[in-house]
Amino acid sequence: MTTLEITDAQRRSIARRHRFGRIGLYVLAIGAALVAAGPFVWGVITTFKQDRDLYRRRNNPFVFNETPTTEHVRVLFEETGFAKFALNTLWVGLLVVAITLALSLPAAYSLARLDRPWAGPMGIAIFFVYLVPPTLLFLSLSRIVVALGLQDSTWSLVLIYPTITIPVSVWLLIGFLKTLPRDIEEQAMVDGYSRLGALGRVVVPLVAPGIVAVVVFAFTLTASEFIYALAFISPSDAKTISTGVPTELVRGDVFFWQSLQAATVLVAVPIAFVFNIFLNRFISGFTQGAVKG
Amino acid sequence: MAAGLTRQRRKLADNDGVLAWAFLAPSVVYILALVGLPFILAIAFSFSDVTGGDPTFDWVGFANFSAIFDDPVFWASLRNTFVFTVISMVLIVIFGKILANILIADFRGKWVVRFLVLLPWTTPVALSSIAWLWLLDSVFSPIDYVLRALGLIENNVYWLGQPGLAIGSVIAVHVWRLVPLAAVIMLAGMLAIPKDVQEQAAVDGAGFWRRMFEVTIPLTAPVIAIAALFGAIFTFTDMTVVQVLTRGGPNNETQVLTSWAYFRGIEGSDIGQGAAIALFLFPLLLAAAIAILRAVRRMEVS
Repeated sequence: MTTLEITDAQRRSIARRHRFGRIGLYVLAIGAALVAAGPFVWGVITTFKQDRDLYRRRNNPFVFNETPTTEHVRVLFEETGFAKFALNTLWVGLLVVAITLALSLPAAYSLARLDRPWAGPMGIAIFFVYLVPPTLLFLSLSRIVVALGLQDSTWSLVLIYPTITIPVSVWLLIGFLKTLPRDIEEQAMVDGYSRLGALGRVVVPLVAPGIVAVVVFAFTLTASEFIYALAFISPSDAKTISTGVPTELVRGDVFFWQSLQAATVLVAVPIAFVFNIFLNRFISGFTQGAVKG
Repeated sequence: MAAGLTRQRRKLADNDGVLAWAFLAPSVVYILALVGLPFILAIAFSFSDVTGGDPTFDWVGFANFSAIFDDPVFWASLRNTFVFTVISMVLIVIFGKILANILIADFRGKWVVRFLVLLPWTTPVALSSIAWLWLLDSVFSPIDYVLRALGLIENNVYWLGQPGLAIGSVIAVHVWRLVPLAAVIMLAGMLAIPKDVQEQAAVDGAGFWRRMFEVTIPLTAPVIAIAALFGAIFTFTDMTVVQVLTRGGPNNETQVLTSWAYFRGIEGSDIGQGAAIALFLFPLLLAAAIAILRAVRRMEVS
């Protein structure tokens, strides 16, 4: 046993290595946060700058060289449809997430659990649909949207976005469903639940982290989408943030920089905040699964 | 009567074969109608002379394809698409792995750091690209200001106006935007490794780097490959970054297939050629995806 005893020198060396490790960790963490969030921090500063402060090359871009102003935030809210764009994005996002879950959860269950011989190839085929780029489809989709009378309405996006989100969601949910032990629902079915009952009462709660992942992923994809939103909708009051903000605040070669920065920060922060809350649950669900596994 | 009906319905629902189809059918129908149909239409467009001004459909055979093959911009776009995708993918995986390692550790203020590093991914790409356009502005770029203040440069760099720097800028924005996603995917994979494997390795005297390369990375290789796949797809299919930052310039040095298809098909109003260019994306992406998914399966088996 004597060989396992740690000498004082060794203990000091471990402690020192530990301390260096901690310092390195903090340096890396702060560095990563700065690189990722730097543009947003600077965006906040820019938002409140006066024009003659912003457009002078010698001025330090990181501080206020003139008195800060809220004029450009006012412009964003009062002279552009920003609030309406945000509402449209939220509305489209929620409907798309609902449609995505309603369609992809049963589909994933079918492919992961019901043991059909075609389940494997079908799952891969559905994932490959995700690889068909919007650039290829938006020309013909615009014709379909016009034929359905949905052009210039947010309903066109509600209809089309699930084609992007369903394939990824099915694929993600198959992964989550496969990590659940089969005995759980078999036990529920022995206990008298039908297959549907077992699915609703046992499987869905257990796969909740996967559902959260799908909701987050689908919503971010929807909020980010640009090509379809640009192609299907031209009147301003039906636009989403992705297309509405650039079209109203970039006029020809004139960029309304402060208002653009305000819009970017105001959109990014809430989504990241909600994402972060969900991410906690998503990851803890993952670890629980691994511990119980 | 009602009980009989319920029993009958339950019996039907318990029939796995019927249920499997009933569950899958809505998704399949949705996709066939809104991806399959427009996909076929797009292929038809690529063999037609449809333009913005003249939407009548006339068969032209391979004329669109030979036209785009004769155009050097097409080949430049193809090359750029590959260069951007491969370099971005490698960087996304490396930085994503580092970020995942940071986020898995316990430290004070972790919540704030995690919130901040998620920002690039949660911002709609059109807005974050515009923010970068201003960061890389030829006159007012704060990056140039810092470099000038440090005495590293005399005059502004003009990031988006020089070929090499423009390519670098586009790649940097892609990487900046997609690293958080890759990190989250890898984080989930790392947390799924049983703790005792790590602890056993630590007890056996393996240091941080040996544990990293001999335990963590091999065990999470499938997840790393998935993160790489998503990084590749997002870089490959996205045209917003290029369109906002450089519009393919200078001199088509940053033109990619998606943006070129857009400029040709919409702004050039030649829908047939636009469709033919865009059609090129799919087999390339498909081949890359099949290769990566094969690799994942092989790793999972072994």
